[in-house]
Amino acid sequence: MNGFAALVGRDLRLALRQGGDAATVAAFFVLAVILFPFGVGPEPLLLQRIAPGILWVMALLAALLSLERLFLADYEDGSLEALALMTLPLEAQVAAKCLAHWLVSGLPLIVLAPLLALLLHLEAAAYPALVAGLLLGTPALSLVGAIGAALTLGARRGGVLLSLLVLPLYIPVLIFGVAACEAAAQGLAMRPHLLLLAALLVLALALAPFAAAAALRQALE
Amino acid sequence: MFRFANPARFLRLSAALLPWLWLASALLLGAGLVLALFVAPPDYQQGEAVRIMYVHVPAAWMASFVYAVMALASAVGLVWRHALADVAARAAAPLGAGFTLICLVTGSLWGEPMWGTWWVWDARLTSVLVLFFLYLGYIALVNAFDEPTRGARAGGILAIVGVVNLPIIKFSVDWWNTLHQPASVFRLGGPTIAAAMLWPLLVMALGFMAFFAALLLLRMRSALVAARIRALRLMAADAEAPVHPGPALGAAR
Repeated sequence: MNGFAALVGRDLRLALRQGGDAATVAAFFVLAVILFPFGVGPEPLLLQRIAPGILWVMALLAALLSLERLFLADYEDGSLEALALMTLPLEAQVAAKCLAHWLVSGLPLIVLAPLLALLLHLEAAAYPALVAGLLLGTPALSLVGAIGAALTLGARRGGVLLSLLVLPLYIPVLIFGVAACEAAAQGLAMRPHLLLLAALLVLALALAPFAAAAALRQALE
Repeated sequence: MFRFANPARFLRLSAALLPWLWLASALLLGAGLVLALFVAPPDYQQGEAVRIMYVHVPAAWMASFVYAVMALASAVGLVWRHALADVAARAAAPLGAGFTLICLVTGSLWGEPMWGTWWVWDARLTSVLVLFFLYLGYIALVNAFDEPTRGARAGGILAIVGVVNLPIIKFSVDWWNTLHQPASVFRLGGPTIAAAMLWPLLVMALGFMAFFAALLLLRMRSALVAARIRALRLMAADAEAPVHPGPALGAAR
């Protein structure tokens, strides 16, 4: 646990020292969501109808933005090789990096989403579902995204390729996240959808570190 | 399995096998098309339009089957470092993408007269579309690295991760309310489709399978030959302008 905490602390310190990453993700999220009233018109009923979808899709894309750099900086300066030699298993290190990534990129999205939902006239009943869904969904996005980030290390056009690989795998999280919001908005139970989101998170937590670690080992050969 | 890992032996074996596979696919597809278009009965509800099924369903079966083959080959390549496993996975990917595209397009053409829509976002269609994008992602990933083995390994991991989509495709019609009909052939309790329609369907499926096998061997052969050509070119370039230090440097030591 000591190594795990140390790795999380290291990544957090690096991210906070740079400062730019969390702010960029948050700024993209806000700007992209704000584009929609300009695009589809400011009519409240229309925005209310598509608000869960807009918020979730934009949260997905914002999470994608910072994924490319999850392993890239360490890969390029050689610290990934040093990390691979640590006693802490590579799978646990991947989990630690995902945790740090989520704290830096995922939490701002969860904090901003209710505020942006105000701008989109989201129904009051849907707010808890939105926040709970994002709380369960964004860690899963970080974990699944880590697989893509590890696979595209050193690839040409890595950033775009990462999106192409990871977006199909994000679709289940998106489906259930939006379903939870829409169910709550209509007065139906949001619990089944949130439970499925939790199941996806547990699945990602169990399997993604192994896939990402295998991909990292391939990259280091 | 490792008996066939020798590329030279594989080239000899596939050269012997390929004409028979072409013959088998021509016969099976020919017979299947005749059965499907002329012998099989029209549907009591859909009339003659049901005959798209004899292309759509085998293509759908092949789409999932080829992905499973690709994932299995990738696993063999990752675990045992089998020389030809990576070649096989790479060769199979565009074929699988092609079958998925045929499945989606013929399904769309069938849906327009039958369902009244070219597309619907139900679980079966959506998960097959995701399969198509997984194929495209795999192809993009293996071609994104300068070093071919790195691309093959990365693609292998992606192929294995994507296997989770196959049960979703199979059971999507059971787990969700879908416009797409439930399983009529591969189900507990046996097929519910009429025998007069089942046999042409199976003949077409075998024809698709033989065609895929022929194309796969062909693509693997071309990949091996292309690798040979690359190696020869490198050797020729090295002979013209050697990379290793010349005699002058050696004498200076």
